[in-house]
Amino acid sequence: MEQQTAIRMQNITKNFGQVLANHNVSIDIRKGEILSLLGENGSGKTTLMNMLSGIYYPDAGKIYVNGEAVSIRSPEDAFACGIGMIHQHFKLIDVFTAAENVVLGLHGKDANLKNAVSRIRDICEKYGFEMDPSQKVYNMSVSQKQTLEIIKVLYRGADILILDEPTAVLTPQETEHLFQVIRNMKKAGKAVVIITHKLHEVLSVSDRVAILRRGEYIDTVATADATVQSLAEMMVGKKITLNIERPPVQNPKKCIEVKGLTVESQDGVRLLDDISFTANSGEILGIAGISGCGQKELLESIAGLQKVSAGTSILYTAPDTEVSVELVGKNPKQIREMGISLSFVPEDRLGMGLVGAMGMTDNMMLKNYRRGRTPFAERGEPRKLAEKIREELEVATPGINVPVRRLSGGNVQKVLVGREIAAAPTVLMTAYAVRGLDIHTSYTIYHLLNEQKKAGVAVIYVGEDLDVLLELCDRILVLCAGHVNGILDGASATKEEIGMLMTHLQKEGSSDAK
Amino acid sequence: MQSKAETISAKKKYREPLARIAKRDAMPVLLSWGIRAAAVLLSLIVSAVVIYSITTMNPLKVYGAMFEGAFGSQRKIWITVRDTMSLLCIGIALAPAFKMRFWNIGAEGQVLVGGIATAACMIYLGDVLPTYALFIVMIVSSCLAGALWGAIPALFKSRWGTNETLFTLMMNYVAIQITSYCVALWENPYGSNYVGIINPRTKAGWFPEVFGKQYMLNVIIVLTLAVGMFIYLRSTKHGYEISVVGQSENTARYAGINVGKVFVRTMLISGAVAGLTGFIAVSGSSHTISVNTAGGRGFTAIIVAWMAKFNTLTMMLISLLLIFLEKGANEIASNFGLNDFASQIITGIILFFIIGSEFFINYRIIWRKKIREAV
Ligand SMILES: Nc1ncnc2c1ncn2[C@@H]1O[C@H](COP(=O)(O)OP(=O)(O)OP(=O)(O)O)[C@@H](O)[C@H]1O
Ligand SMILES: [Mg+2]
Repeated sequence: MEQQTAIRMQNITKNFGQVLANHNVSIDIRKGEILSLLGENGSGKTTLMNMLSGIYYPDAGKIYVNGEAVSIRSPEDAFACGIGMIHQHFKLIDVFTAAENVVLGLHGKDANLKNAVSRIRDICEKYGFEMDPSQKVYNMSVSQKQTLEIIKVLYRGADILILDEPTAVLTPQETEHLFQVIRNMKKAGKAVVIITHKLHEVLSVSDRVAILRRGEYIDTVATADATVQSLAEMMVGKKITLNIERPPVQNPKKCIEVKGLTVESQDGVRLLDDISFTANSGEILGIAGISGCGQKELLESIAGLQKVSAGTSILYTAPDTEVSVELVGKNPKQIREMGISLSFVPEDRLGMGLVGAMGMTDNMMLKNYRRGRTPFAERGEPRKLAEKIREELEVATPGINVPVRRLSGGNVQKVLVGREIAAAPTVLMTAYAVRGLDIHTSYTIYHLLNEQKKAGVAVIYVGEDLDVLLELCDRILVLCAGHVNGILDGASATKEEIGMLMTHLQKEGSSDAK
Repeated sequence: MQSKAETISAKKKYREPLARIAKRDAMPVLLSWGIRAAAVLLSLIVSAVVIYSITTMNPLKVYGAMFEGAFGSQRKIWITVRDTMSLLCIGIALAPAFKMRFWNIGAEGQVLVGGIATAACMIYLGDVLPTYALFIVMIVSSCLAGALWGAIPALFKSRWGTNETLFTLMMNYVAIQITSYCVALWENPYGSNYVGIINPRTKAGWFPEVFGKQYMLNVIIVLTLAVGMFIYLRSTKHGYEISVVGQSENTARYAGINVGKVFVRTMLISGAVAGLTGFIAVSGSSHTISVNTAGGRGFTAIIVAWMAKFNTLTMMLISLLLIFLEKGANEIASNFGLNDFASQIITGIILFFIIGSEFFINYRIIWRKKIREAV
């Protein structure tokens, strides 16, 4: 099939104040093709695509759709051009059904609900979706919501689909299914742009890869000619080594001992059921599991943020004095006052770990602003720490007092991880520490975790990428529906084994939890 | 669908929008105040046109009269100052609550109960206690009354998650009813339904003159509070906690902050300052109490707090402006036989421009470049 150009972006430039998000970027998007857009955090991928979806308007440059110059000033304009974008944050109304969400904002015949239901069924059949048009959004999983977003843009007649980091929130199985759907779209002659930081996904799904670096267009290469290594080097602009080391465990000591941890939701559903394990100092304990099977509650229980049921015991043993204390029933402040330095990088970075409206300095104070005897908060130390983290972790920010929510995802994470590590923890818990981070930054984070391990910290790493878990962690605890479904040795376990344990609950008692 | 898409795209040939809006980086402070000043100037010009077109009066004369109304004589100046201080003091009270995103709509009631407490002290203890003791008792009791009024909704919110906006609003009506009751209790002369001036002869519990000025003490107290609150919010640990709780309760919990406690503590402070405003109003200016002691300032102060972005120093300017407009409006209403509405139009126009200027401070507008060049 002759490949026609669906969209041509020519010399696009976009500034945000002093930040040059895109500079003279020119790319082609072809029909019947899957194009990956690749670049480090903050390299301008989302911004570039937002100019196609009508969120931003370019400062300079032109956009051609099917060879015709267009100006896209709003999402409606984008739809009129046949462009539909699936954003990272879904824009759905929870109390509406799938079909109601699809027709929302449309007029005339398109808005007819009965019509819509049958057309949604057609779309599902054509591309291989599974979706019940009458299901309410609040009953949907993340992956179902994403499917609904895709259906929404297809219903509006989009021929060009843009997906911004769609796989960041999906399990490997869901990702594979999504890719199947995308391939079907490609077969139907649609143009698909996918943004992802996972290079193996780029290699498996796309036809061509366009690379941005610091807002500049670098090159477009055929996926067939690319390797993980070559793509990573093009993104970063220099040679980088991509392997995760696993230094041998030195002198492990029991640090956190969880016994019979049970957590119930407000409606009495058991989110965690009788969890027992130990985390040792000088070791990285990985926690694997499909999303929402209790990882969040597990970490928050240890951090003193989650109400646990009676009978739970979480013992902390200080590495130096070997004195054990019970953590259950203590809040984060009390835990800190007992002299325990427990660091926690939560999943929700801006909603829990940081204050988005504050700058780096004020965020550094978050956990130890009580220091000192005067009623005044001391800002000198935090400022120094902020400067140090900015320098050492190469945080890209216009200034340490710029609100952190204005930073790109990767930089926000660096600020959070940097602060938690700077607290000289004895226990470091991270939830999805590299979600949404580019490969370079991800490896920086792995390196930092290994440094902590070598310093004798008990590291608990909740992750979703099984390859990384297997490479990084000394032991891997697999959660399944709130149960411990096995604890494996990181060096000998296989991906299949873990995948199996993640989805199939072992019979009670047969799990060999140590 | 298909046909619709085609018609739209046919219509939408390449054409850059006429104007676009983009967010600015932080603007130099001087420039932003320049823009605000320009907005005030512009609003005066627009108001002038409006005044002329509906009344055919010389706008300059009208403005002159407004100025006259607020600053025309020593006495007028001091009344303007007194009322500015009273509005500012409520604004100071609201600052910590609003910074915590706790919508305290109940300053009106908190001021009233503070006023009642003060009046009660003056009536019952005026002849009993020596002056210094009386003042201590008045200050403490008015603060306690206001703090109680503020803390009840906070306590309910932290315990049972009640909505503070409705709760504080309803507390106003309770306070008004209590005031009515007290007015009936203390009315003087009997049957007048007014409390009348309290302790007119002994002046017990009245603010003393300072530097020979009647309202100087009001100024000193309120300006001290403004500076104190500014420091409290900006530099103390409490102030930091308030910001964190206001931005994200989840983050606050993560940091080990007891959110409920911060709610209650901050509303104790907010209510106490509002109660103190009641004390100043009764002891330091009207020397009487009525349901109008707060006079709607509890609500006007919400505008002050927002326009100042909870910065108590900026509030000084904004309170002064609002009180100036109020006095000026009253003056032209009585001098030119215009009704209140004419003066309210002017106030509206001026506020509109000032609030509107914030848009130009935060955003910039990019106009379409030469069309020829683009095509
Ligand atoms: N609305 C905005 N205001 C100010 N700066 C912005 C805005 N949106 C993006 N930026 C800046 O523009 C640059 C590019 O951001 P963009 O979100 O496009 O990056 P990205 O490649 O999508 O990164 P990521 O992989 O982290 O999602 C970043 O430096 C970012 O801080
Ligand atoms: Mg992005």
